[in-house]
Amino acid sequence: MTASLLGMYRPGTTVVHRLAVGPKLATLAAFAVAVTLLRGPWSALCFLAAAVAVALWARIGVRATARAMRPILFLATVFAGFQLWRVGWPLAVEVAGDLLSLVLLAVVVTATTPTDDVIDAITRACEPLRRFGVDPERVGLAIALMMRAVPDILDIASQTRDAAKARGLERDPRALLVPLALRTVARARATGDALAARGIVDD
Amino acid sequence: MAQIVLDGVTVTAPGDDETTILGETSLRLTERRIALIGGNGSGKSTLARLLNGLTAPATGSVRVDDLDTVRDGAAVRRRVGFVFTDPDSQLVMPTCAEDVALSLRRTRLPKAERRERAVEILGTYGLAHLADVSVHSLSGGQKQLLAVAGVLATDPDVIVADEPTTLLDLHNTRRIADLLFGLRQQVVLVTHDLELATRCDRALVIAGGVIAFDGDPAEAAASYRESVSR
Ligand SMILES: Nc1ncnc2c1ncn2[C@@H]1O[C@H](COP(=O)(O)OP(=O)(O)OP(=O)(O)O)[C@@H](O)[C@H]1O
Ligand SMILES: [Mg+2]
Repeated sequence: MTASLLGMYRPGTTVVHRLAVGPKLATLAAFAVAVTLLRGPWSALCFLAAAVAVALWARIGVRATARAMRPILFLATVFAGFQLWRVGWPLAVEVAGDLLSLVLLAVVVTATTPTDDVIDAITRACEPLRRFGVDPERVGLAIALMMRAVPDILDIASQTRDAAKARGLERDPRALLVPLALRTVARARATGDALAARGIVDD
Repeated sequence: MAQIVLDGVTVTAPGDDETTILGETSLRLTERRIALIGGNGSGKSTLARLLNGLTAPATGSVRVDDLDTVRDGAAVRRRVGFVFTDPDSQLVMPTCAEDVALSLRRTRLPKAERRERAVEILGTYGLAHLADVSVHSLSGGQKQLLAVAGVLATDPDVIVADEPTTLLDLHNTRRIADLLFGLRQQVVLVTHDLELATRCDRALVIAGGVIAFDGDPAEAAASYRESVSR
């Protein structure tokens, strides 16, 4: 089981938990902008240190967080390795640092905020868009579902990899990608059906 | 009990109206416990999904207490709850309490009360201690129990359950079955478990998209067994 922390709320009483949802999401957005705009390895390392500090402050659990970050850690290593080979170490550090700090802060936000509050905050923020035909409640729910889909897709990916391995096809990208795509779509449709059946996307 | 009426209903494959997957069917379902049995691909899920408008008929109409499942879809779905085989596709929120609270969103209760009510509902099904636990970490039986709790949270009049016990072990099958059979609601149960089917008041056997038998569950089970051994 891939128990990803993304989309997984863990109740707590730290300052990070008690911060209102709006400011929390706004901080995350500002952090994302800063990370993308500021270049160079040193700022990337500072961002990473800041994200780690907030994670520790929120006490979301070192082991669970490490487990949640593992797939991203793998991606960051691949990207950094590529940059190291093509360009040099400063860019490698920057790419890995930026990616890890962003994902880590997103993990902290989702782990310290009840999903219901996230839906409400997004719904409120999208309220002005109602006059352009956007249904704010729907946008909130869609974003919550995307968060919840991350661990699901990781689960499906690891099952697909096992199935391909069992058939000796682990080197054939088709044996991985085709079933992964089909099963992800099937899962999305089943979730859509379930939401309709529960009357959540009606009216 | 609710009045579920199918009137000259046919269902065709989506995107291909030449292929019929449910032949013309007219039914009046008013019994408290109704079983749908039949082989893989016979059309059980298709018939079940018609009952709350998840599938729309190509011809004819399906009405629940005089509400049309296509025209009054939202109202029908408030009345008819649906339990799927795989609870993973039904559970959409990260924790148990949040998932039940999601069902309560349409009740317009204030948020704090929603959560309180959700925990209360979990308690009814012996799941109160799992309120803040990740849905991912539950066992299959607990997941299905939670899925049923989420459906019952809004107090529908009818529960349609499409093979709710197929993925469960004997113990959990019994637990879910006892829960369903104990409900005040009308229950339409799709199952491969003939023992469960014979606990119902009426059973329909479906074969190749048509109703091959309709009546007493014991006779239905016998007719289904016979059709398989032929
Ligand atoms: N989306 C679809 N497109 C084409 N054919 C479909 C579609 N959905 C169902 N069918 C066909 O309709 C028939 C009935 O399907 P249905 O899912 O109702 O069967 P079932 O009795 O529930 O089977 P099972 O016991 O395997 O769940 C099957 O032959 C199936 O191939
Ligand atoms: Mg089926």
